[in-house]
Amino acid sequence: MRLLRYIAGRLVVYLLVIVFGLTILFFVPRLGPTDPVEAMLAKVAAQGAYMDASQVDRLRESLADTFGLNGTLLEQYWAFIKRILLTGDFGPSLSMYPTPVMELILNALPWTFGLLLTSTLIAWVLGNFVGLLAGWRPESNAAKAMEGVAIFLYPIPYYILALVLSILFSYVWQIFPLTTTIRGAPWSWDLISSIVWNSILPAASIVIVVFGWWVISVKAQTSQLKDEEFIRYARLKGLSQTRILTRYVLPNAILPQITFLALQIGLMFNGSLITEILFDYPGLGLLIYTAVLQGDFNLLMGTISLSVIAVATATMVIDLIYPLIDPRIRHR
Amino acid sequence: MIALENAVVGYGPDKAFIAAVDDVTITIGDNEIVGIAGESGCGKSTLLRALYGDFTHGLRQRGGEINARFTDAGTGTTVEKRGANLSELWWDQISYVPQGSMSVLNPLMKVDKQIIDGLPKREKHGSRADLRKRIANFLKGLGLEESVLEAYPHQLSGGMRQRVLVAIAAFVNPRLILADEPTTALDVVVQKRILLMMVEIQRRLKNTLVLVSHDLGVHYQITDRLAIAYAGKIVEIGPTQKIFAAPSHPYTQALIAALPRVGEKGQRSGLEGRPPSLVKPPQGCRFAARCPEAQDICRAQSPELKMRSADRPVACHFR
Amino acid sequence: MQRITSMFHNAPFRLYLGILLLVLCVILGFILPWFAPDNPLTWYTAPRNQESSLVYPLGTTSLGQDIFWLLTWALRNSLILGLAVAFFSTLIGVFLGLAAGYAGGILDRFLSFCMDALLCVPSLPILILLAALFGGQLSLPVIGVALVIFNWPYPARQVRAVALSMREREFINVAWFSGESGVRILVRHIFPYIAGWSAANFINTVLVGVTTESALAVIGLSSATQATLGTMIYWAIEYQALLAERYVWIGSPVVAVLLLFIGLFLVSSGLTMQSAARRLGL
Repeated sequence: MRLLRYIAGRLVVYLLVIVFGLTILFFVPRLGPTDPVEAMLAKVAAQGAYMDASQVDRLRESLADTFGLNGTLLEQYWAFIKRILLTGDFGPSLSMYPTPVMELILNALPWTFGLLLTSTLIAWVLGNFVGLLAGWRPESNAAKAMEGVAIFLYPIPYYILALVLSILFSYVWQIFPLTTTIRGAPWSWDLISSIVWNSILPAASIVIVVFGWWVISVKAQTSQLKDEEFIRYARLKGLSQTRILTRYVLPNAILPQITFLALQIGLMFNGSLITEILFDYPGLGLLIYTAVLQGDFNLLMGTISLSVIAVATATMVIDLIYPLIDPRIRHR
Repeated sequence: MIALENAVVGYGPDKAFIAAVDDVTITIGDNEIVGIAGESGCGKSTLLRALYGDFTHGLRQRGGEINARFTDAGTGTTVEKRGANLSELWWDQISYVPQGSMSVLNPLMKVDKQIIDGLPKREKHGSRADLRKRIANFLKGLGLEESVLEAYPHQLSGGMRQRVLVAIAAFVNPRLILADEPTTALDVVVQKRILLMMVEIQRRLKNTLVLVSHDLGVHYQITDRLAIAYAGKIVEIGPTQKIFAAPSHPYTQALIAALPRVGEKGQRSGLEGRPPSLVKPPQGCRFAARCPEAQDICRAQSPELKMRSADRPVACHFR
Repeated sequence: MQRITSMFHNAPFRLYLGILLLVLCVILGFILPWFAPDNPLTWYTAPRNQESSLVYPLGTTSLGQDIFWLLTWALRNSLILGLAVAFFSTLIGVFLGLAAGYAGGILDRFLSFCMDALLCVPSLPILILLAALFGGQLSLPVIGVALVIFNWPYPARQVRAVALSMREREFINVAWFSGESGVRILVRHIFPYIAGWSAANFINTVLVGVTTESALAVIGLSSATQATLGTMIYWAIEYQALLAERYVWIGSPVVAVLLLFIGLFLVSSGLTMQSAARRLGL
């Protein structure tokens, strides 16, 4: 019963967070010194597209609709939220007219999701493993070396790593492709290997940084746990080091990392956007970038709204998984 | 049987050695409940660790002998271990009851797993279901509900947690159980119940129970023999009833005189002053500075723990 | 003075290393820019595509800029942005965190929700949206303000937690009932508890500020009229520094970012370790 209440409460917060994020999105265009619609029209005109007056008018209307500029502020706000949350309709893309924005997003989302999920998982498992061993035997040389590496890697921004990796592995040694080009028939082995091959550098630039963060975090957690009474009790029971490490230290060190993960998702998402742009990786980040370059505001609003929703959803999923793993919350 | 002979146990390098157990000799026999009492910092917890063979975190044995000989409850074979090698008998012939604080059990493991984790092969025979049934029966015999097995530590009350800890140590069926302040921080009713449970277990297993507590009331209720520790030394050993009836060492006398009695009015007088530092203990008797009967010899010469009557060794020049 | 020397006594090695790197960055970013011959951002103030020499220590760009002096200016602007963002985020965060923790009730609920919600909103997409609306580029002050909005929740959450636990502490009540003023209690009793952590958080926020701005710059959405570490990288990529094998041009801002970040991180983790050690010592 308590668990149900927790889940219900969390869902309400989730909705509120999304509304909060969309509210920011709603007000941001209104903060600008220029009328976004006119700025947008100027941009389209600057790209050399010829439009007659009626086309311009139609575009102006469609844009006003996108920004929700019709009616009073309250009406605008309500229409904006309703349109995104209930219908998920962001209108047609302006640069790839008339493909609906939603279709472009749905094509891009699996790439971002796959890249971020895979690299986060790899980094999480490796980082927890190394951090656990480093915290358990902090005096060993291997532990010190690994911690040194992690300290060196962790503060590096994603884009720097992406640059360094592409300089090293695409320019100096031409092992990996500089930009992403996926080849192969659908569901063929060629396609899969092409995807993996093209994803290695972008994924590596995320994995390496996130790995550093987890090593540092888990190591700190582990060295704190070592002084816990239940670890001492387990030792006095004569349990082997391996057993203490796997059954006592590991679960207790990893649990708090799950909450940290929820806090980190936003930052990791930021990182993956930049990585995608730098590697031409066909995910949400590249789509946002395209939208900015092409002045495609329908696409921009759509992708950014979806970013907010995606990050909020990921955070919520972790928050909902957590009590299933932690008995202290499950059985209160 | 486990015995300390002139054992010196403590912390630090030889040059700056702090002997928390200094030249202590005590023999703890089979099938008895022995109490160790004293103020905090008197070395009773270190003594317990030495008896358990827990020489880690900087604790080491610098001199004397620590010997144990147990006869296995199942096979009847005899094992002998000394000093740090006692650790080979953990959760086999020796088990341990810690003070049941919030964080003494793994918060992510159910109680049944924590009972099974570490059990010797001797007690693990049969299928998993069979083992669980035996554990459940064992708990019932001690007045604990079977549902406790399915609980996580945070769901247990303080008293319940302590009883679970006693049960975990007892189910091992060891020859020696060491308990470190098992009833501290619990209210008197719960305390009594846990003490009775421990006595019941000792009667049933016919093994040895060593109980460390600063609370003389606890010792009065269940121990057969009592050792009084003061500043790293044992000053008096004897049958509990006799010590309470007629304490011999001036320190024991002061401790017992300070106990409240039923129907008495007014405050009891406590001991003045504090125990000496273990870093630089005084040359003579360590109690001399606080002792009402101290003479010159007390300050010059350390008294040995010698038999003054049939079963009561005392460390005092004047007994 | 003695407090400062005692602070460095027994300090972890990483703190020294971090401070060394930061001193290097401060010399490069805050002192040297004063000696720049002229605005190094201006094009064609130097011959183009020079290798490093005595006159041009790091060579010149293909836009005729002296890379060394450009680097000092870029470092200065990035540092100023990071410090300003960290300063205002910490200030607002500590203030609102204390307010939430102490006031409780509706205000606490509202502020806590805002903190948690802001942490769930990815900042970079919003900044990109802003940039697109401001005509493709954001000026440094706008980026700064936006970053403050997204970064105050980190210190605020922590301070709120401390304030909540403080409310239950005996000595605060004693101080309260013995008539000490709220401000005095704050400064004398609560601030010491959050000072160490705030310092570490401050440094982390400097990192976040510099990273986010340079990330925006790398994709060409930050100010083109101000030199920052990110815009230097952007121009280098844009003018094919890699293909031309002008590794110093693109490498020097990358190395500067690395040194700055590792320095800041070492100092922040060194401070955390030390304040933890000091707590244990008490």
